[in-house]
Amino acid sequence: MNAPVQPSMLIKGATGDWEVVIGLEIHAQVTSKSKLFSGASTEFGGDPNAHVSLVDAAMPGMLPVINEECVAQAVRTGLGLKAQINLRSVFDRKNYFYPDLPQGYQISQYKSPIVGEGTVVVDLPDQDSFTVGIERLHLEQDAGKLLHDQHPTMTFVDLNRSGVALMEIVSKPDMRSADQARAYVTKLRTILRYLGTCDGDMEKGSLRADVNVSVRRPGAPFGTRCEIKNVNSIRFMGQAIDYEARRQIGILEDGGVIEQETRQFDAVKGETRAMRSKEEAHDYRYFPDPDLLPLELTQAYVDALKAHLPELPDEKKARFIRDFALKSEDAGVLVSERESADFYEAVLGQLADKARDGKLAANWVINELFGRLNKEGGAIATSPVSATQLAAIVDLIGDGTISGKIAKDLFEIVWTEGGDPRAVVETRGMKQVTDLGAIEKVVDDIIAANPDKAEQAKAKPAMVGWFIGQVMKSSGGKANPQTVNDLLKTKLGL
Amino acid sequence: MSVDAATVRRIAHLARIAVKDEEVPHLQGELNAILAFVEQLSEVDVGGVEPMTSVTPMVMKKRHDVVNDGEIADVVVANAPATEDHYFLVPKVVE
Repeated sequence: MNAPVQPSMLIKGATGDWEVVIGLEIHAQVTSKSKLFSGASTEFGGDPNAHVSLVDAAMPGMLPVINEECVAQAVRTGLGLKAQINLRSVFDRKNYFYPDLPQGYQISQYKSPIVGEGTVVVDLPDQDSFTVGIERLHLEQDAGKLLHDQHPTMTFVDLNRSGVALMEIVSKPDMRSADQARAYVTKLRTILRYLGTCDGDMEKGSLRADVNVSVRRPGAPFGTRCEIKNVNSIRFMGQAIDYEARRQIGILEDGGVIEQETRQFDAVKGETRAMRSKEEAHDYRYFPDPDLLPLELTQAYVDALKAHLPELPDEKKARFIRDFALKSEDAGVLVSERESADFYEAVLGQLADKARDGKLAANWVINELFGRLNKEGGAIATSPVSATQLAAIVDLIGDGTISGKIAKDLFEIVWTEGGDPRAVVETRGMKQVTDLGAIEKVVDDIIAANPDKAEQAKAKPAMVGWFIGQVMKSSGGKANPQTVNDLLKTKLGL
Repeated sequence: MSVDAATVRRIAHLARIAVKDEEVPHLQGELNAILAFVEQLSEVDVGGVEPMTSVTPMVMKKRHDVVNDGEIADVVVANAPATEDHYFLVPKVVE
């Protein structure tokens, strides 16, 4: 992506505008029961070194055997990213020496990854959607965990995470602002969660980002980049990018040169700092792992996985817009989390007439339910109003049994007290009055009691609103507003 | 292709092998002899030939995704020079 960047995304420096260029390497933990090359559990936590086999501890003579589900998950993810699936890929050894890596090398994929180029379409509020290119996705082992604060002179090593499968998803340098980078990670996380290939839980480290940042004059060749390692929240990532871009602009404007280096983000100070200099730069000495044969897949295998992919957020959004005439923004809100979309679909599934009320249901899910959940800090999973209950409320509005206003009272009752909305409407007499005779009597009474206002209304038809209000009040909000409006116009001679 | 003394020291460091200064010239000679031996291969024209990394005529065996290993922390740390609560202990790697 080398199109001219929107001026609003440029950063103003002392000597003119700068464009920030961002590429991301996302490490996503593969959802699987056992590790990439051993039968030990991938469960989070656990006692120290409990989920560790002799393979994970790199005992002499142990051999890795690949977990077929991890391969399937990588292929599913590649398909979800509209990417090239490589039917032949190779595992390599990436050599480095550190206590979190008992083998002395990480089994990874270097020259021949399992997934090649793909794309992710990202939506931003108030902006056009943009596309981020995927460079590649490869499978690799996670490392163990080091605890430095348990002892004055020793580091504690727990290998529970060692050998768990990761997908490293490398983007092209296609992002031009911290907002775009955040939106991309959010979208990628949503896709992974829809696919069920990564739970996306950043607090547990299931999704971590290495962020490559460089700056340049708009349209100039790429500048030298710095890599910010292991950023574990989307918010921190935005802060790290903004800080790093400013730092680089400061150096360049003072006539300095950017050194390519690895940096880390200090969330407390809100700054990045150098981790290791060039002299200590790693020399990974990649070579094909002699313990593992090339990973060969058939097109039939890939096709079978493709046939069983779930509907992804972009397709779901398009379907909601097409079938229920939802606004793009509303459809976007519904599909942004799999749980939200599932809830909406559950409501749809129970509507008496979803073609008629699908849009109404979306409004109720977004405005009333999500609005209330946000206000009270609740999650969809623990919503006091179930999809069945909400569908019943929408049905009651849709078939004219209750008005939208009464429906809000009904929602409140169901939220706090529970119960079947239809039964609540019956027992509490909340039904909308559509009986013409009954409404007519109320209308007549109000006009009779306010002859002066009725006279004014003839000259100033907007006065009818006041009468509607009076009639609704007098009927406890149960009169059908359209009927009231029609009747009033006739009676007042408007 | 040949290596100089600095490269010998760097390779030793990457492999975490302690090499004394007086050993460097000898190792440099050994490594260069090995490289010269391997260099004979450059006489062969391999243009258009894909690198062969495996000679085993079979597809890679795969495991089902089941948990059937681990939960042997006692065994895993049994030979470690220092342990505590089933953690491995190593000299501190950060300040």
